[in-house]
Amino acid sequence: MAEQQESQNEYGMSTDVDNQYLTFILANEEYAIEILRVQEIRCWQSVTTLPNARDYIKGVINIRGTIVPIVDLRMRFNMESMEYGPMTVVIVVKVLEENRERVMGIVVDGVSDTHEIPQENIKPAPDVGDKTDIQFINGLATVNESMLILLDIDKLLISGELNGII
Amino acid sequence: MTIDLSQFHSTFFEESLEGLDAMESNLLNLDINDNDPDIINSIFRAAHSIKGGSGTFGFIAITEFTHVQETLLDQIRSSEREVTQDIINILLESVDCVRDMLLSEKDNRECDFDQASSVRVQMENVLNGHAVPEVELNDSEDIPEVSVEGWRINFAPHLHMIKTGNDPVRILRELSSLGLMEVQVNTEKLPALPQYDPESCYLSWNIELFGDIQEGYVREIFDWVEDDCDLTISPLSQVDEKLEDVVAAKGDGEVKQILDTTEVPVKEQVVNGKKQRAVDPDQEVVPDKKHANSVAECSSIRVSTEKVDELINLVGELVITQSMIGELGKDFSASKIENMMDGLSQLERHTRELQESVMRIRMLPISFSFNRFPRLVHDLGSKLGKKVELKMSGENTELDKTVLEKISDPLVHLVRNSLDHGLETPEIRTASGKPEKGVLLLNAFHKGGSIIIEISDDGAGLNKEKIRNKAIQSGLIGDEDNLSDEKIYDLIFQPGFSTADEVSDVSGRGVGMDVVRKNIRELGGAVEIASTPGEGSIITIKLPLTLAILDGQLVRVGSETYIIPLISIIESLQAQEKNIKTIVDNAEVYRQRDEYIHIVRLHETFNIKPDSQSINDGLIVMVEGEGKKIGLLVDELLGQQQVVIKSLETNYKRIDGVSGATILGNGTVAIILDVPGLVAMSRSEIINDNNNKVA
Repeated sequence: MAEQQESQNEYGMSTDVDNQYLTFILANEEYAIEILRVQEIRCWQSVTTLPNARDYIKGVINIRGTIVPIVDLRMRFNMESMEYGPMTVVIVVKVLEENRERVMGIVVDGVSDTHEIPQENIKPAPDVGDKTDIQFINGLATVNESMLILLDIDKLLISGELNGII
Repeated sequence: MTIDLSQFHSTFFEESLEGLDAMESNLLNLDINDNDPDIINSIFRAAHSIKGGSGTFGFIAITEFTHVQETLLDQIRSSEREVTQDIINILLESVDCVRDMLLSEKDNRECDFDQASSVRVQMENVLNGHAVPEVELNDSEDIPEVSVEGWRINFAPHLHMIKTGNDPVRILRELSSLGLMEVQVNTEKLPALPQYDPESCYLSWNIELFGDIQEGYVREIFDWVEDDCDLTISPLSQVDEKLEDVVAAKGDGEVKQILDTTEVPVKEQVVNGKKQRAVDPDQEVVPDKKHANSVAECSSIRVSTEKVDELINLVGELVITQSMIGELGKDFSASKIENMMDGLSQLERHTRELQESVMRIRMLPISFSFNRFPRLVHDLGSKLGKKVELKMSGENTELDKTVLEKISDPLVHLVRNSLDHGLETPEIRTASGKPEKGVLLLNAFHKGGSIIIEISDDGAGLNKEKIRNKAIQSGLIGDEDNLSDEKIYDLIFQPGFSTADEVSDVSGRGVGMDVVRKNIRELGGAVEIASTPGEGSIITIKLPLTLAILDGQLVRVGSETYIIPLISIIESLQAQEKNIKTIVDNAEVYRQRDEYIHIVRLHETFNIKPDSQSINDGLIVMVEGEGKKIGLLVDELLGQQQVVIKSLETNYKRIDGVSGATILGNGTVAIILDVPGLVAMSRSEIINDNNNKVA
């Protein structure tokens, strides 16, 4: 903590934005995504379901005139799904694929914090066998004695449902 | 002060060009054997208003030209003269001339008067009862404007001219914009200072204006002061010039000033009363109407009153909502919170609708682009000696203005290509057993998330061998490359590729198809060619419909709202159990007026929970796509509304049976159904079912 604050004071708020991460809670674990990818954070609102979509694609919502698909991360990770409540949060992220950019929303249990994680503090995820979900993890980092899971949202959101269709 | 007429120029140009378009299409519709007085009258009216307008704004050349045109039309109108194909052709040419003149005035460039004068001579010949002569382009014996080296202008304003609001400096400035000018001021009448009345004009000017300028332009400048001055305008001759030298030489003691006329304040001039030489070598000889030009540059959209009314209504509702919320705020209590929320959501809805209506203003029917083709086909057809019938459909398909502008040129190119390469000459057509007249079809429609523009002809089709050989020749493909038909057709989009044996001014230079494809790709679209030898070819342009709108029927299935494009709906009906038959496994058909129509249960296709499984409880919406009818089973019909189509592919992907999505009044997203896609799906389902059964 002390180290982190020091670096912020030294360079001001806009330092090394590349290393800043937004963390959120999903089934009691803390996940992190690059803060530059986050467009906005919204409350859960009802969606329009899409026909014949995978179950983790909850549907689409209208964000200022743009149709944005919403992915339920718990379902994406085959976790037990949770009832949506007023505290359920949608993080709207920009997903990059080759040279196009998509905007998607991910449903998480709650947004937690922002952290600055220097590149050298990120450790590769251990090999846990052929579990497919591991490919979506960029690495692990420890902040304040707790472990953060760094997600690769590009891989996570483009693969599966969207893979190979464009 | 002179009224600056140039501010109205852009309107004049716009209206005149529209008038010309109307004239053109009416001329093309004119049947020689059965001339409809309505058509002739409307042609006449268009010509007449152009003549009137150009006269008002001082475009002398256009006035004179349209006068002849009008005289000819008047004779036709009063049945003094028979309409012949020759006359129609001349009139069409004259339309081109007027358009050319208008455009050159608009863009402030030199106009080619040769063409105009030759057409004018032809028209005059017709009027004088001569037969129509062959066009002689350089026939310049009757050029409407006398060309001269310049003009000598004696301009002596009356004492009171300044009081009428006319400023001599302004006039001089305008004159200097016409060309190189020498001005000499005459101060003889200038009284001694005590008698001097600052509001009177004591000066007069001798002006020499050099350059080939039409007299009309010079006169135009003095239009407003003619009654308040003594004015003589005479052409400059050699003798005059010598005289002028003498005059200039003896100007001793007078200060010669080179002035940028635009910066001379009025007072200074009148008080100083000195000889001034306004020489501005930068000025072009062409009348410089910078103001008109800048006005003309901003593009404009013609919007139907309907759309404007809609906007006004929306703004009205917005104001009502606003005052309602304002009223609530005056005496607010917790019990009114619900009212306030209602008001706010209304406000939100109205704002959104307003936003969408504004967007809709940008949408124009594709007929704006299609309308030029009858003329193009007519001209090219006669030039190439081919008989062509042009058919158009789907002209009302709306496109964003930008897309429309960018698609116009590629379309022209494709149409030309079809005419030049696709359709055969009447002889060949007759020989191959086809009707003499070739058919060129332009078709625009919405299909599965895109706008499709089809250009099809019943000509010879693409010659695969020829394309292949040419491609091998130019090294685009190898000798032994074995290409599919599609690949071969694709070759013609390669830069520099042309199969035309001879380069004509119609096509064959090998520039074009690659540009066509580039332009279409820039719009995010695609272009494809399908061709059957001997039967013709179809070029399909597919454009995304990000901005397009459609009329939609809202339907409800279970808890979901879907939108069916109104254009594809034939009818909606309450199903009756007895008319339903089940054939091969699950395929249900509905018998209606001797027709059997495949029923698609939307809830099954889309995997959602309906109100009821029974067909009796639902409604059947008969839709047609790709020439096939199917019946969609829905729970309820909701309202109809125009919707702005948003792409799902931007952030997601294509979904079968869905062409896009839209945002409803309450801000939620609704899915728009892709009827042709559903038809295709229903077919493959049957096949799948059958296959499963066999397996």
